[in-house]
Formats: sequence, structure tokens, C-alpha cells
Amino acid sequence: MWETFPRQQYSVLLREGVSPDEQIRALEAHAEKARAANAALPPGFRAHLGMLHLGTGNPQRARELWQGEKSAFPESAPYMDRLLKRLDAPAQTVKTENPA
Amino acid sequence: MKSYRISFIAAIASVMLLPGCATRPTPYDYSAFNKAKPVTLLVMPPVNDSPDVKATPAVWAQATLPLSEAGYYVLPVTLVDETFRQNGVDTASDAQEIPFAKLRDFFGADAAVYIKVTKYGTSYAVLASETRVEAEARIVDLRSGELLWQGKAAASSAEQQQQNQGGLIGLLLAAVVHQVIGTATDAAYNYAGIANGRLLGAPRYNGVLPGPRSPAFGKMPAAQ
Repeated sequence: MWETFPRQQYSVLLREGVSPDEQIRALEAHAEKARAANAALPPGFRAHLGMLHLGTGNPQRARELWQGEKSAFPESAPYMDRLLKRLDAPAQTVKTENPA
Repeated sequence: MKSYRISFIAAIASVMLLPGCATRPTPYDYSAFNKAKPVTLLVMPPVNDSPDVKATPAVWAQATLPLSEAGYYVLPVTLVDETFRQNGVDTASDAQEIPFAKLRDFFGADAAVYIKVTKYGTSYAVLASETRVEAEARIVDLRSGELLWQGKAAASSAEQQQQNQGGLIGLLLAAVVHQVIGTATDAAYNYAGIANGRLLGAPRYNGVLPGPRSPAFGKMPAAQ
């Protein structure tokens, strides 16, 4: 179930000051709809949503979602593990892409 | 001036290509692709040869869908973008210069998809404006550096435009209105989606081979 997911990625890639909160709301609604329809979420969906949560200062949610991407798509493991490792590195400051 | 000349050349080229449609192009040699059997794809930021800066994000954001439906896992492009930027890689051409081994090591992908957008946007011609997207792609095995596949595709608003019955003034008006709407609504974004489907979707004749998540995995694209 793709819905507006490509469009959401497009607005982030455009770097035109998307509101992460707004996009998080839209994607959470998408996830809810997929759950109700028993439809699979597209590859990268959880990873992208996790990145947005990280951008709003919620690393715990980012961690859960990146783990979720890994279990849904084991092919993502090497990259997700790298991102998770970085997330857990104490002195690491994580830059975010979305201006708050 | 330059874009005018390019579209003129493209117009000539498309006229010259038309008679060629009757004969089927020679079948693609899939031996390297079949041997490599990539599972995970890294779509690199597309290099943009068009004057519109939106070409890279539009084509990049919409490359995941056709490749996923084709049966591959595609690494999340917004995170890949972030990773490149955190490592000081700011442009698509810089990214496309990164050695294969480094990409393989960092992202764990089997193959990378290198896209070049050659045309993107709405152009005003006197009697008919056209929104057009053209792109070409190469899939390279990150383990061996071998080229697995390459192809190109286009999508255009002219494909479904009806003959306008309003006479010359009507035509001129339609052309202007179309260009204004095309620019204001980011119409090229939708054509980028269509072009991407034609470029990267599977199974298609001479197209990308279906990947391991596809029911058509292991079968050759049907000869229609």
C-alpha cells in the first residue's frame, strides 16, 4: 500500500521545509489504514518514519521503527544496523534534515 | 536558447525513431544480470541534465515503487540522502563517483541504480506545450563492478493530448494554459512517475529482470 509515500519522500528530498510533525501524522494515518486493511507497508516506510521521529527529538521511536524495517525487510539489516549503531553512539550528534 | 535547440533535436529524433517502432529491438543480453541475482538495490541520487532542479528529487522519490514491485528491496532514499549529506556528498554527480566497494560496504546493497534525467519539465512551443520526462538508468553490481542492465524511457503529456478543435487562437491559448498549469502544479512530477514505471518496472521487454520478491522471479520478460 503506497498511498502518498513517494510524495512524502519527494517533499523531504526537495528540502523545502516540510513540517515533520505534519508528515508524521500523515504517515501514521497511512500505517493505521494499512493495518485495518491488513495490507503490507512499502519498503522503506518504517525507516523514513523513523528518520522523521528522530528529527523531532524522538530517538526511541526511531529505534523501534528501524528495528521494524529490519524485521519486515531483512535485506535492510546491514544499513539499519549502521544507523542504529550511530543512534546509540553517545557522543554522536545526529543532524536532522527537517528544520523544526 | 539551448533548451529550444535540444527540444528541436528531440523532435527530429522522435520523428526519425517512429518508423523503428515496427521492428522489435534486439533482446537484451541478461547473462550478467542472471548470474548476479541482486536482492538489495541502492538507488543513487539521479544526475540531472535538465534545467529544472526538481528533476532529481522527483525521479529519485519515485524510483522505489517500480523496483519494489519488480521484486527488489530498495534502500530508503531519504535516509540514503541524509547519509550522503552527513558524509559531505552534496551533489548527485559526486555521489555517483563513489567507488562501488565503499557503497557496498556502507549500505550492504548488491547493486546500485544510476539514473540520469535527460529531460524534465514543461516546454512552451507555439501550438502545443508539452510536459516531458526522459531518463536513462544503469544497474551496476557493487560486488563485481559489472554492468547488469541499462535502458531508457520517457513519458509525455503529448501522448494523451486530444486534438484541439478551437482553431489557431484556441491552440495558442491551450498551449499557454497548459504551460502555466504544467509549471504551477508541478505536472512533471507525475510524468516522472510514469517514466520511472516504464524505465524500472518489471517484467518489461528488455527491461529490469524481476527480483527475488516477485512471483515472476527467474522468468525472462515475456516477448509480448
